[in-house]
Amino acid sequence: MASSTPIDTPPVPPVQRKRARPKASGRAGDKIFLGLSRGSGILLLVIMASIAVFLTYRATLAVSKDEGNFFTTLDWNPVGDKPVFGIAVLLFGTIVSSIIAMAIAVPIAVGIALFISHYAPRKLAAPLAYVVDLLAAVPSIVYGIWGALFLVPYLEGLNLWLDQFFGWTYVLEKTEVGVARSLFTVGILLAIMILPIVTSVSREVFLQVPKMNEEAALALGATRWEVIRLSVLPFGRSGVISASMLGLGRALGETMAVATVLSPSFVISAHVLNPGGGTFAQNIAAKFDEADQFGRDALIASGLVLFILTLLVNGAARLIIARRKEYSGANA
Amino acid sequence: MAKRIDVSGLSAYYGSHLAIEDISMTVEPRSVTAFIGPSGCGKSTFLRTLNRMHEVTPGGRVEGKVLLDDENLYGSHVDPVTVRRTVGMVFQRPNPFPTMSIFDNVAAGLKLNGSYKKGRLADVVEKSLRGANLWNEVKDRLNKPGSGLSGGQQQRLCIARAIAVEPDVLLMDEPCSALDPISTLAIEDLIGELKERFTIVIVTHNMQQAARVSDRTAFFNLAAVGKPGKLVEIDETERIFSNPSVQATEDYISGRFG
Repeated sequence: MASSTPIDTPPVPPVQRKRARPKASGRAGDKIFLGLSRGSGILLLVIMASIAVFLTYRATLAVSKDEGNFFTTLDWNPVGDKPVFGIAVLLFGTIVSSIIAMAIAVPIAVGIALFISHYAPRKLAAPLAYVVDLLAAVPSIVYGIWGALFLVPYLEGLNLWLDQFFGWTYVLEKTEVGVARSLFTVGILLAIMILPIVTSVSREVFLQVPKMNEEAALALGATRWEVIRLSVLPFGRSGVISASMLGLGRALGETMAVATVLSPSFVISAHVLNPGGGTFAQNIAAKFDEADQFGRDALIASGLVLFILTLLVNGAARLIIARRKEYSGANA
Repeated sequence: MAKRIDVSGLSAYYGSHLAIEDISMTVEPRSVTAFIGPSGCGKSTFLRTLNRMHEVTPGGRVEGKVLLDDENLYGSHVDPVTVRRTVGMVFQRPNPFPTMSIFDNVAAGLKLNGSYKKGRLADVVEKSLRGANLWNEVKDRLNKPGSGLSGGQQQRLCIARAIAVEPDVLLMDEPCSALDPISTLAIEDLIGELKERFTIVIVTHNMQQAARVSDRTAFFNLAAVGKPGKLVEIDETERIFSNPSVQATEDYISGRFG
């Protein structure tokens, strides 16, 4: 490499050192920019801290007066002298619907991303990528309406089929009659909603696989699928995890679409095809308007739990990525 | 094992751009043939046509014939994947699979082939690493990632990976250009040993290297930028460096070039 030869790095002439400015910060432009960027950083921390303080304060007000157990009570009735409310149903519904969404969306998204980045002819890849991105531009209330008017009636057939052939799994057993306003339907809807973000992030990562990594596999006589298995997927793994977590974050917090589709009820049932259940965001959206001051505090308490849940998910994702760092493509 | 390569009338394109034109040559088995020439003369492109890697590049296509012993690599029924399993390649920059351990890197090609017995895998990996003069340096950390090795070790790991599948031919595309002189020397020694078993073709920018390692040398040149690269001559290395039959070769060798 030319840059490593001594000729290319002449010694710094001593003249330049004589009147060294106090770094670049002496100039007005630098001062302003430093102030702006530092201010932005501080502002972010202040906003996060004030949200956390606000949530915690209001939540404490409500939870301290809760006559039931905040974590185990299967009820939401924060009115009167003996307010009783618990997040168990919401936590369950949020996690279950998000897991269903992830289980459906991530494999499909990875498949689409691989197709766009490694299989599709260029003429097809660009429009396809655009269509997937377009999915992200649909407002969530539109997804909700579509889910309620189209998905719910059309999924009944699928639900019966699943019940008939996979009812033995218990999870896919449908014990209650009724339209498909279930966690399962919510999961499918969420899957469609998080598909674009997971796809586009994965696609970007797959496109960044260094050519020499792919050629290493090709030169060994790898087929296209084997190139993907040997070079593309290992390199893209941490990126796919991040993409999935972004999607999960959206699924956990999705409000309007879930509120429009789900018929809420305060029961925990592992039969995901049964109508009913609830999620944090859906519950808040459904009850916030009619709630009194105390009821709102109770809802805020549930919002705090969602906030913490999201933090935990993101933290776990970072841990997974960090632990695989030694083997990641980054230090190739 | 160690087959003869017979190229006739080979041209390679990138889209409509003709990169190398009408190349014919014979590469002898169990010998080292070096390709030299100025940048852009198409020697790497030509090397990549010998294991059908050229067509991986978007728009890349090839005309002409490459016979490996008597089989045309560009025959209509030939699967490029099969070709690459018999013609191994080592690249300019070491490219071990970053997520794999040293052991798995060497075993990768065998696993692709599916042509190994479970118990034999460890033997083949050891043999290949010994063959690449790397065994003593890595035998205690076979389960560590290959990307943790030094550049020169990584390149020898890549050579071990390539020879593990017992290819007929080993192509090397400037295998030392990213390495320090000590690692370069190690690779050059290795090339001298490997030619007992394989047909080796090496592209190099370093003429001393060509003179040191090769039995025969081919000089490539191009008339001007944008013009296709051509084979000027191929001959015994000694003759190319002492008394080449074409004036352009002598000019290039002696540094009186461009």
